[in-house]
Amino acid sequence: MTVMSQPQPQSQPQPQTAMSVKKTVLVDAPQAHAFAVFTERHGAWWPLATHHIGKAAAETAILEPRAGGRWFERGVDGSECDWGHVLVWEPPDRLVLAWELTADWQHDPSFRTEVEVRFVAVGPQSTRVELEHRHLERYADKADSMRAGLDSEGGWGSLLKIFAAAAATPA
Amino acid sequence: MIEPIHRIAALGALGDPTRREIFGILAGGPSSVADIARRLPVTRPAVSQHLRVLSDMGLVTHRTAGTRHIYRLDPDGIAAIRDYLDALWERALNDFKAAAERSYTQEKETPR
Repeated sequence: MTVMSQPQPQSQPQPQTAMSVKKTVLVDAPQAHAFAVFTERHGAWWPLATHHIGKAAAETAILEPRAGGRWFERGVDGSECDWGHVLVWEPPDRLVLAWELTADWQHDPSFRTEVEVRFVAVGPQSTRVELEHRHLERYADKADSMRAGLDSEGGWGSLLKIFAAAAATPA
Repeated sequence: MIEPIHRIAALGALGDPTRREIFGILAGGPSSVADIARRLPVTRPAVSQHLRVLSDMGLVTHRTAGTRHIYRLDPDGIAAIRDYLDALWERALNDFKAAAERSYTQEKETPR
């Protein structure tokens, strides 16, 4: 298998090694309502108790409703931790988010995976929500680029090998 | 392919902040219990306990070097990031579905 060392332009086909997570859920609510709850009321449903990165307990998660908007959590102490930002804002059809958390759950604006969420109206009160978290292979790319500077037996180089082995294993 | 039940368990294993930090340290290279304990505000027995959980979930593995145990991320478990995200989105979308349906029902029943 080949591990990509350069981020690919979005217009190119996905490489064979591309890793993603895909999920679909059917929601008994109109498309516009589903989109609004996903975005404007993000903090009302995100499982914050178990999924936050700040040292403080998380009070809410916020998705700013515009392209370029921030995606972040706010702790009970008022501290804020970025997760990423909004890449594409097309209500009520589509949303693309940049997920900028590294393998050790730190925010790094130079590292990006993408979460695309499509809201498909299948009836007046029924919406299919399709989510894809893609470019997970970039966790390996990241390791590859860091290996050049950290030419060590442990460290990121070995993480790359681990990812390469995992990526080569059929899911 | 990790079975869903194991994904959920792995999700639980990484849901703990200290375990996430240990996982992050091991992502940077193999480490002993003492190495890890030096970098975190937790005792060595606590580190060992967390490593046991991560090990039980198949996320880390270890070998013995003399009297030291050296831990590293498990090559099979490292699909862990993907599995973690898979479980995260499964959970998040289920919670989202519930919130969207509940609020829609409430708004329908409350005339404006």
